[in-house]
Amino acid sequence: MSTTIEPTVKVETRRHPMPPREQLEKIFMIENLDAIYSGKPAVKGVTMEVYKNLVTAIIGPSGCGKSTYIRCLNRMNDLIPGFTQTGAIRYHGHDICSSDIDPVAVRRNIGMVFQRPNPFPKSIYDNVAWGLKVLGLKDNMDERVERALTQAALWDEVKDRQKASALSLSGGQQQRLCIARAIAVEPDVVLMDEPASALDPIATAAIEELMNSLKGEYTFVIVTHNMQQAARVADMTAFFSISRGDEGTRYGELIEYDATEKIFTAPSDQRTEDYVTGRFG
Amino acid sequence: MSTADVSADAPRRPLSGRRVRFGDLSLQVVAGAAALATTVLVGLIVWKVIDGARLAIGNYGISYVWHVAWNPVIDHELYGAGSFLFGTAITSLLALLLAAPLAMGVALFLTELAPRFLRAPVTALVETLAAIPSVVIGLWGILVLGPALRDHIEPTLHSGLGFIPLFGTPGSGSSLFTAIIVLAIMILPIVSSISRELFLGVPHELKEGALALGTTRWEMVRGVMFPYARGGVAAALILGLGRALGEAIAVTQVIGGGVFIHSNLFGGGDTLASKIAASYQGSTTKLQTSSLVYLALILLVFSLAANITAQWVVRRVARRHGITRGGHA
Amino acid sequence: MSAVPHRLHLEGLPRRRAVNRAMEVLAWIAATIAVAILAIVVFSVAQKGWSELNLDLLTKSPIPFSLTNAPQGLANAFAGTLVIVALATAMALPVGILVAVYLNEFAPASVRNGVGIVLDVLNGVPAIVIGIFVFGLLVVGHGQSAFAGSFALSCLMLPLVARSTMEVLALVPNSLREAGLGLGIPQWRTTLSIVLPQTIGGIVTGTILAVARVAGETAPLLFTSSFVGTQTNWNPHHALQSIPVAIFELSESPDPKDHARAWAAAFVLLLFILLASLGGRWLATRSRRKLAAR
Repeated sequence: MSTTIEPTVKVETRRHPMPPREQLEKIFMIENLDAIYSGKPAVKGVTMEVYKNLVTAIIGPSGCGKSTYIRCLNRMNDLIPGFTQTGAIRYHGHDICSSDIDPVAVRRNIGMVFQRPNPFPKSIYDNVAWGLKVLGLKDNMDERVERALTQAALWDEVKDRQKASALSLSGGQQQRLCIARAIAVEPDVVLMDEPASALDPIATAAIEELMNSLKGEYTFVIVTHNMQQAARVADMTAFFSISRGDEGTRYGELIEYDATEKIFTAPSDQRTEDYVTGRFG
Repeated sequence: MSTADVSADAPRRPLSGRRVRFGDLSLQVVAGAAALATTVLVGLIVWKVIDGARLAIGNYGISYVWHVAWNPVIDHELYGAGSFLFGTAITSLLALLLAAPLAMGVALFLTELAPRFLRAPVTALVETLAAIPSVVIGLWGILVLGPALRDHIEPTLHSGLGFIPLFGTPGSGSSLFTAIIVLAIMILPIVSSISRELFLGVPHELKEGALALGTTRWEMVRGVMFPYARGGVAAALILGLGRALGEAIAVTQVIGGGVFIHSNLFGGGDTLASKIAASYQGSTTKLQTSSLVYLALILLVFSLAANITAQWVVRRVARRHGITRGGHA
Repeated sequence: MSAVPHRLHLEGLPRRRAVNRAMEVLAWIAATIAVAILAIVVFSVAQKGWSELNLDLLTKSPIPFSLTNAPQGLANAFAGTLVIVALATAMALPVGILVAVYLNEFAPASVRNGVGIVLDVLNGVPAIVIGIFVFGLLVVGHGQSAFAGSFALSCLMLPLVARSTMEVLALVPNSLREAGLGLGIPQWRTTLSIVLPQTIGGIVTGTILAVARVAGETAPLLFTSSFVGTQTNWNPHHALQSIPVAIFELSESPDPKDHARAWAAAFVLLLFILLASLGGRWLATRSRRKLAAR
């Protein structure tokens, strides 16, 4: 299906034009991934690539397994009892799902920011510094903390009260602190699971701007239920939807994955078109 | 917890007029009397103990607390709590030192490491340890543990570490050392079960936030779980200490008796509680009885202090975490 | 894992992994030690107690300083324990239930907190101090008695019964109370006929657990009910022997035959307490599941 559709909302984009696909380096190669909770599949048959130094958005209706999928990318689902997965996730060519890979090493390089801010019950400074200390990045601690807080667009607001408790910050500030905490340890990839869903529009804009300015250093994968957000920040967009299997099982499936421009203006799949035009989803 | 507000505002249709209200009033008065009686009971306990100790307090004053003596010989009577206070301090603190890391380890095992099918059974087993009566542990201590320590452990420790005055000449098996081990066994379940509840209460998001940075599980426990549970663990330790302070029976069975202060753990001694228990067969004079009750008074003061401190810590921690959770919403 | 280019931080990881492993091993060891201690104690008591166990223990009276092998037992202790624990329960149960009813159904929040603290303080008083207290209150001038011993035990049981009853009372939904009051039933009737019956299961469980707790208590009885005769006596006005005190005395004796009887009595006592504790715990879990499913 190649009808060109008018996007329902005119959104200003922060994207810069993307270099041609062949020139992009693949950082993730996901091959036929099934994610299963206690025997019930949450997502099935996902195959896609994630490109370095781009922002990749995962969109789709509630319950289509977006969070489950992104948590596979840094082995966070290992913490859920009853979880299993099949298929492969190749990170720089190495399957990180294989049993001889240490999840600690995976998470060291693939960080995550969660849907609800979860700062540690420590000071603002220590929230950022703790990870650095434990992971061995002990030199120039103060500069590292300042740099992370600056990159997270939080420095100006907290520079005079770094010793204050992180819990005294507002929700938006706490989330930016969590972002600072994640990027302070210099991961390779930053996964974001609906990072702005609990925040007001101003905080949301700050986070989007942050992703845009930092994607030269990091690769971002962001799950969002907000289509306009995906349209604003993402270079590539993956659309997931809920499919029904036999015996009434429901699971998530990757429907379409392409440049954001294409997904929102000329999607190939009818289901994608239905979702992005707001027909349902 | 349900409140009494419902009853206060609920419509009352006094079909039988005054009789109905009389029924309500009666129940409230009788039940309230029970609550009052409980409060009076605690006051009565404190008062009776002070009253019983009055003679000794009058005789010795506060110096009784540190005076080392226990001489019931008529015409030369002299009593003092010093050696028993020393015994209490050294056995309780060392027992806590021994039991606390063990209890933390058990709690961590049960919350983080144990395979699912082991969690419930092992939890039940550790709590069963708390159900064993102290006289049975004491019996086991005299007849099994004491001789085992005397024959195998104490000589080894003495020959290897004998230069430390703590590990002096092994004795009869009934010693401060045996008492310390017995006390550690008795306080292990309390500290571990409270710690386990605390660790289970650490929010999952906090743990995920730490692990997502690429830390190992131990680093997460040390950096996030322990600080979060810090207050509660302090309360658990204080409660364990209180339990150790008050244990009379098992300690008196294995501690060997004696009225001296010395550094050799393998020698005998007494604690406040064990001395009282050891003297149950009767005193010869009113002064001796009163001195025993004075010991009980000192013990009561320490127990109450430990208990109230633990409760205060728990209240402070609950308040702090209440604020934390509110901030997340 | 082979070396991978591009900013893959792996420095220091082997050492951190080793520390993590070491801590895991330590935690496993701690759990093993805890379970092992339980196993050792229970096994010792079971092994030594079982071989000494015979009907004489329950039926014959003790013969102190016996130089012969004449059959003797601890009949007086078993009888005494029954009387003392039964009396203690009879004293503590009504008061505990009434306190719980008052705190849960009538008391304003400040009183509830205050009496709650009182209950916790009572719970924390060492058993030996309770013994001294009752000694001063009831024994001085009157002599020892099973009543005094029971009263001492009931002081230990009271906070346990009150707390467990309060917990089950709180589980009774307010809608039940409102329904009763809405029908015109006075509050005292609602509480006694509608609310309390819902809690019977919880009260029974709480009582079983409280009995399990005090059946093995020795310290409160030392000063209140320990100067006893060898004959089996059921009269609570006298001091009666009890199993824990009997074990205590036998354990201090130099005679190995006394030790044998101590092990046997300890075995019976431990068996009873473990069965009561586990039974009570199982009942509690079962009723909790039923209430949750409602």
